[in-house]
Amino acid sequence: MTTLLVLPVVIPLLTAILLLLAWRQRRVQRILSALSAGAVLVCGLLIVRTVTRDGVVAVQLGDWPAPFGVTFVADMFSALMIAVTGLIGVTVAVYSAMTIDANRERYGYHPLVQMLLTGVCGAFLTGDLFNLYVWFEVMLMASFVLLALGGGRAQIEGAVKYVALNLIASALFLAAAGVLYGLSGTLNMADLSERLAASDRPGLVTAASMLLLVAFGIKAAAFPFFFWLPASYHTPPAAVSALFAGLLTKVGVYALIRVFTLIFVADVAYTHGLVLVIAALTMITGVLGAWTQREFRRVLSFHIVSQIGYMLMGLGLFTRLALAGSVFYILHHIVVKTNLFLVAGAVQRLQGSGELARLGGLYASRPFLAALFLVPALSLAGIPPLSGFFAKLSLIQAGLETEAYLMVAIALAVGLLTLLSMTKIWHEAFWKAAPEGADEPRRNIRGLLLPIGTLAAVTIVIGLAAGHLFALATVAADQLMDRETYVSTVLGGRR
Amino acid sequence: MQPLLAIVVGALYTAGLYLMLRRSLVGLIIGLALLGHAANLLIFTAAGLTRGRAPLLVDGVPPSPMADPLPQAVILTAIVIGFGVLAFALVLFRRGAEHAGTDDLDAMRTTES
Repeated sequence: MTTLLVLPVVIPLLTAILLLLAWRQRRVQRILSALSAGAVLVCGLLIVRTVTRDGVVAVQLGDWPAPFGVTFVADMFSALMIAVTGLIGVTVAVYSAMTIDANRERYGYHPLVQMLLTGVCGAFLTGDLFNLYVWFEVMLMASFVLLALGGGRAQIEGAVKYVALNLIASALFLAAAGVLYGLSGTLNMADLSERLAASDRPGLVTAASMLLLVAFGIKAAAFPFFFWLPASYHTPPAAVSALFAGLLTKVGVYALIRVFTLIFVADVAYTHGLVLVIAALTMITGVLGAWTQREFRRVLSFHIVSQIGYMLMGLGLFTRLALAGSVFYILHHIVVKTNLFLVAGAVQRLQGSGELARLGGLYASRPFLAALFLVPALSLAGIPPLSGFFAKLSLIQAGLETEAYLMVAIALAVGLLTLLSMTKIWHEAFWKAAPEGADEPRRNIRGLLLPIGTLAAVTIVIGLAAGHLFALATVAADQLMDRETYVSTVLGGRR
Repeated sequence: MQPLLAIVVGALYTAGLYLMLRRSLVGLIIGLALLGHAANLLIFTAAGLTRGRAPLLVDGVPPSPMADPLPQAVILTAIVIGFGVLAFALVLFRRGAEHAGTDDLDAMRTTES
């Protein structure tokens, strides 16, 4: 048990070190990178199985009893996130092996991806607030370098904004951790949950929760802190943006859901009401921003923002069904969004540009790729029977149950606008004739269809077997709502 | 001691935010550094100060009052992380300024249209 919970962090970390030793062996690096991500996927699935059997599980690292040592905790939410991280890791590693240029590979691309996975998995597993900060920094440091690596002016400028905003978020996170420690004398999240519930200064607790809301809101690209995302995500190579689009903002959402279900539940009307307002504004600005964009990956970037709104909507409504909807939405979104960025990369490889005006004719010349674009695009917009439909359905049901009618109306309208945006890309890149003077695409992208096809297949399977995954998401939501079990599992014998 | 440190933390936050609102890249990075220091001192102060007491056991018995060692450990970690991240940011911002030919942040908008 102990080993299994630590493996998702240890495997990519050791792989990163191995890859550094094999600095010049690019082929070895590619293979090891994919294998390590595959191992993370297997570990994730094993943890899902363990959690299904035993409920929430915790490991005290170094046998220091909680709350003094660092605790690793896996509930269903963490377990599912680890598994999907592994899946994205594998597909992006395969895609990278075929698309990342020799120069980037020579300067440590693959070890950096492994470090990124280490940070992401650590953030999903840790049960300690300061440790969460450390994993965030591990993940951010790797992402900073990946974003800037080998870049020209555009990439560097995108990275400047990304780095600056994330450093501000980190400083706020740190400040909030300090305030919470001053209030409660602990940094263990389970212990925090218990002690803050009994705190005699609820005002200060809420103030600290707002600091964390801003810190994680910046990382999750929620309104009004989203603008770094569309300024940077389209600049690096497609494999990097796909990895970022899939995982990074979702770590922010994960952290928000974790602290606002476990620690800050004293003043739900205020905190979660605010989250709901942010969710609505995030959805609207994201989808409207996407509508004005004329570049493939920039359209997709704005859609990340708008989708973050749906995930926060589940947290804001704060019922069992709503949280299950959020968890389901996050899983679906990671698969779909990564895939869309991979398709964008393939299109850019074929036609040498991401500007929609300069694309066209791909339906005629590459019908298979066009079909593989349609699967995630329609899923993103929420067309049945694809995964996005069930994700939106459960959130909207939860909204109706809690009589948040305005929220439901916004969610539906934004879904419709998402469809319009996807239609725009479909029309410009695939359906319309190739623009005058464009060369017939000659490059071979057959290999790229493997990771893209895999993710599309996963999207379809999630749609067809939505009941099974939703059952798991409901278990995750139950465990999120049931603080008692989480706390007693972590603190164990002390109670 | 606490009020004095509170004022210092406030001053650091003010200076940091002011510098970040300037349009200069140099201002931005110094502002980020100040913000990090402010957060570290905030942890130090918020966790409670115990003057003149080392966090050490004397013959296996904790002295009373005893300083809390955890904030110091946390701050040390945060300083190291902040140092690494700022060093990287410094190089990155320099490259950015070279590409843009100026340290005016408003000139860095090629990725936003």
